[in-house]
Amino acid sequence: MSLHILKPGLLDTIQDEGRYGHGHLGINRSGAMDRAGMAVANFLVGNPAGEAVLEMHFPAPEIRLDAPVLLALAGANFTARADGVSVPLHTPVLLQAGVSIKFQKAISGTRCYLAVGGGFALDTWLGSCSTNLAAGAGGWKGRALQAGDVIAFRQKISVAQFELGEKMRRLPWSANVSDFYPANQAIRFCPGPEYGWLDTESQASLEQSDWQITAQSNRMGYRLKGPGLHRKNPAELVSSAVTAGTIQLLPNGQPIILMTDSQTTGGYPRIGQVVQADLPMLAQLGAGQAFALQRVPLETAFAALQAQEQMLRRLKTGCALKLAAVLTARH
Amino acid sequence: MTYDIQPLGDQGLCISWGNTIDVQVNALVLALTARLQQLQLPAVLDLIPAYSSLCMLFDARRLLQDFPHQQPYDYMRKRVALEIQKITEVNYSEGRSVEIPVCYDQSLAPDLERIARQSKLDPAEIIRLHSSRTYRVYMLGFLPGFPYMGTVDDRIATPRLASPRPLVPAGSVGIAGSQTGIYPLDAPGGWNLIGRTPLRLFDPNKEEPALLRPGDQVRFTPISLATFQKNKTAP
Repeated sequence: MSLHILKPGLLDTIQDEGRYGHGHLGINRSGAMDRAGMAVANFLVGNPAGEAVLEMHFPAPEIRLDAPVLLALAGANFTARADGVSVPLHTPVLLQAGVSIKFQKAISGTRCYLAVGGGFALDTWLGSCSTNLAAGAGGWKGRALQAGDVIAFRQKISVAQFELGEKMRRLPWSANVSDFYPANQAIRFCPGPEYGWLDTESQASLEQSDWQITAQSNRMGYRLKGPGLHRKNPAELVSSAVTAGTIQLLPNGQPIILMTDSQTTGGYPRIGQVVQADLPMLAQLGAGQAFALQRVPLETAFAALQAQEQMLRRLKTGCALKLAAVLTARH
Repeated sequence: MTYDIQPLGDQGLCISWGNTIDVQVNALVLALTARLQQLQLPAVLDLIPAYSSLCMLFDARRLLQDFPHQQPYDYMRKRVALEIQKITEVNYSEGRSVEIPVCYDQSLAPDLERIARQSKLDPAEIIRLHSSRTYRVYMLGFLPGFPYMGTVDDRIATPRLASPRPLVPAGSVGIAGSQTGIYPLDAPGGWNLIGRTPLRLFDPNKEEPALLRPGDQVRFTPISLATFQKNKTAP
């Protein structure tokens, strides 16, 4: 009743909503980069939003299942194939024991989430199943997955769901996620505590420029490339707290957006804070891609978050009803 | 003491008592942190104290649901301001006293010679100055369990390396400006390394994984290389 890693991907880690309440000890949050992607994958298989999932980058791993499982992929499209059959994105599928999953090509997005019905059987560390790579703890042995790793499922599903010889059964619905990843939209931010340290010209060019994500970008942060920004205040900042979405100004005049594996504190001016509702979209952008930044009032950030939560709640209810109908009908 | 509260976007708020490294200010930061930890306000995800600031991360989703007619930041700002008013007395030495053995042997102290040259002091004098003070743990950050301590004697204060080392071994004791710290894990870092402790500063398998807490009072005790090797428990 497990998932076997035959060949590891670039960075495959177990993540959930993250580990909170230990920031005063320097223990950083970790967690899924794209929280909406994680929630969608989970809802499709009947899990709560924050059940631990497998977060994958491209190249993605090669996986074998040794038991039948209800599974869903969400977020990036890495063209999944189950024994050669195309596995649709944002759609629940029943997969038969013995099936191998391969990912052929990165078509869109940067991080793909894999959820299984009932979740993975994992121990929590400090209240979370997220992998903390800095501490080497949590998730699966505190590290990225390697060949030979075997992650057990918590729940057994009935083989009676399948026809004889059937490898994959696609359930007849999928989630529409376009609202979570609007195309060509600016990433919105609220001014950070040190926004006022930027000179007026730099405040303007922060919003009027295209910012390119450089190759030095990962789960800890995205280093951006654009016009040089200038401070009107040369003072040193004593370290203070940062979080996912904090935009810091580096000494070279370029911004960095901290992501979910960032440290808990930092000493660079916090010029902005990306609104939470735009973090899923940002998490699916990758090196080389460019975007604009747009300053919005705090009220807009909360309204966007509330709207996103409502969409997720509707999706959760819809998935639960459909899943219940299918599973009871076939028993 | 005057303070200022600002939003950290829709994720939290940051209370700042200025941009300073000061025992009294930090004691106030830690007193408020303790108070808020004790209160266990609903929807508070994390409280992150630093030198002269405290950030609260809150679950805005939950606040929007539970208090639909209040803007989450305004709600929390008022709540926090109320608690700040209630703090009238602050105890400066609230932390535990912790002794940390450090081996200052050249083989574990790649920057000791250079600091000696720059400060025109004997390496032995630098070791004596570093180990004869009690340091306050102002905050933890950068890495799980990394203590920012201060302040060192002005004669041994040294700016960070121009370019950080790709790998600093766990247990390394360093100086950055007037701060001193200990690397809990192998990590890249730019502090000047003057010794190493055999103690493990961070152990995820322990119920309390970090050896030190904000507010602790730390003293370094010089040990020999033989003692270091005998007691080494760092990962």
